[in-house]
Amino acid sequence: MGEKRIRVLIAKPGLDGHDKGAKVVVHALKEAGMEVLYTGLHKTIDEIVNTALEEDVDVIGLSIYSGVHLPLSKKLIARLKEKKLIDILVLVGGNIPQGDVKILKDYGVTEVFPVGAKLDEIIEFIKKRVGERNEKI
Amino acid sequence: MKKSDKPEEIKEIILESGIKVKPVYGPEDTKDLSYDKDIGQPGEYPFTRGIHPLMYRKRPWTMRQYSGFGTAKETNERFKWLLDQGQTALNVAFDLPTQLGLDSDDPFAEEEVGRVGMAIDTLEDLEEAFADIPIDKISTSLTINPVASVMLAMYLVMAEKQGIPWDDVRGTIQNDILKEYIGRGTWIFPVGPSIRLIGDMVEFCSKNVPKFNPFSVCGYHIRESGATPVQEMAYAFEIAISYIQEVLKRGLNIDDFAGRIAFNFDIYGNLWEQVAKFRAGRRLWAKIIKERFGAKNPRSMTLRMIAGGGGGGLTIQQPENNIVRGAYYALISALSGTQTMALCSYDEAYTIPSKKAALISLRTMQILADEMGLRDTVDPLAGSYYIEWLTDEMEKKIAECMKKVEEMGGMIKAVESGYIQGEVSRQAYIQEKKIQSGETTKIGVNKYTMEEEKAEVEIHQFNPKVAEEQKRKLIEIKTQRNENEVKDALHGLKKAAQTDENVMPHILKAVKSYVTLGEITKVFKEVFGEFKEPIGL
Repeated sequence: MGEKRIRVLIAKPGLDGHDKGAKVVVHALKEAGMEVLYTGLHKTIDEIVNTALEEDVDVIGLSIYSGVHLPLSKKLIARLKEKKLIDILVLVGGNIPQGDVKILKDYGVTEVFPVGAKLDEIIEFIKKRVGERNEKI
Repeated sequence: MKKSDKPEEIKEIILESGIKVKPVYGPEDTKDLSYDKDIGQPGEYPFTRGIHPLMYRKRPWTMRQYSGFGTAKETNERFKWLLDQGQTALNVAFDLPTQLGLDSDDPFAEEEVGRVGMAIDTLEDLEEAFADIPIDKISTSLTINPVASVMLAMYLVMAEKQGIPWDDVRGTIQNDILKEYIGRGTWIFPVGPSIRLIGDMVEFCSKNVPKFNPFSVCGYHIRESGATPVQEMAYAFEIAISYIQEVLKRGLNIDDFAGRIAFNFDIYGNLWEQVAKFRAGRRLWAKIIKERFGAKNPRSMTLRMIAGGGGGGLTIQQPENNIVRGAYYALISALSGTQTMALCSYDEAYTIPSKKAALISLRTMQILADEMGLRDTVDPLAGSYYIEWLTDEMEKKIAECMKKVEEMGGMIKAVESGYIQGEVSRQAYIQEKKIQSGETTKIGVNKYTMEEEKAEVEIHQFNPKVAEEQKRKLIEIKTQRNENEVKDALHGLKKAAQTDENVMPHILKAVKSYVTLGEITKVFKEVFGEFKEPIGL
């Protein structure tokens, strides 16, 4: 255990072009020793799921600032279930109102890191949860 | 000597732009600067002190809050309300599908219709948004980029239908595609054809719509994406140079259009650094246009700008502090000699501005203009040892940063390769780490934080019926319009796009026949293809 590096896909679904937050997280996770892929802008949920499958990632991080986090996250979770990719942790970041955090978790999102979240918290969370998951497998 | 008086005890101050600040400045620091050559009277070359001789003494800055959401009708109501409150110009926000050339019934537009701005599919929507607004008296800013040519055509046809001659149409269209590849992200076509469209618009406007600014180069979004103030200015100038070169290739003279170049800059961070950035920017831009491009008309050399309080400085924690930040940003903007001002509202980190938040921003600018004496005298910070020294340092740094881009072959190459995107995202990461470690202070974030205060911010409620309404209108228009005219217009447009014929007359013809934004964009996609994003990290 521990030799395999954690693989993360940071994704920008939909039409939103705000990628500063996503790129900052990419830099932070890389510096923390993870292998990080970044999709670039304007991706469909299907494109994101296919990349996650091909690249065999442990984590998908969606970054959304345009207010469409609820429908897009719901769609992502549904597609992952269809493809039986239930082991992948799904994190959502961006401009997420407090009241929507619970709704996202009810959909099956593992954790939400809205604007203002600490980079260290994100890193620790991923390490802990991927570690726990790997022990189970 | 007390221990604390020792010079080595004084904390080193280094600005975001990498300039070291001394505790005290004096005549020694500015002895090499000549008033006539380097500073000059306001309204005179090199325009360090401002682009007009009397600046705000003659006319206050224009106040133009960014607004728009939902349907054109809802936006029209907000526009009228803002004008009733004393706002003096409009700045239109479009939804993301519109900004990306997708009609409201496009599957990829799902969930996004009317969300972050208003939805425009055809001329009819734009006419509804501007119903009963005198567009010959109100100058409008249209915040749209890859499909700016279509929105400009709609705006001009609307003017024509209202009986307003194009000579009297005033306003600005953002139309700055290069910065979209760096930050903000509403791009569609590859770089080359995108720049060609900008050239077509500048050429068309210089001949037909003389009071309209056909592009506004946005350092703003580059800074919001993480750039330092120096990078913001340097990259904006390099972008503007790329557009100028495109237009000059068409045989226009620099003085035919340089007086219509507009800029959009960001304000947050260190007050003095921002003021010096603008003063340095005016001086450097004047030199570039005069010395490098050989302009003769002084107006061509002026850096005309909107400079406003940026969202990047606002915090999600203790949101009401953002009202205070906005007021300081407006003060900086006024001290910097901007032509137009806009402020991000205090709820900007959460939502699109509520009426209350938008009004506070507008009142902030009005209080500053009417109560504080900021209009009494031009460039009141001129002659300050520190400000003049810092202005000079900023100018040198901006010029150095521009040189790096030019050594790479210019902005187009630097963007296509992802170099600029990488520089900006690295800077964003550095800045974020400094905030998270407390090295850069942010009140409410890493100092004077409070236990989980419940933010009392009213979230703008998205209306899901907007998409249905837009789809209904699209069906209605498509059944009513003359399909032969539509086919004819699209055919002509495609032929023009395939050659180097100016596309503007063809787009005008198309929008007049109620061809949709999505239909026009589709033609361009067929001819031009789509941009492949380099992953600049």
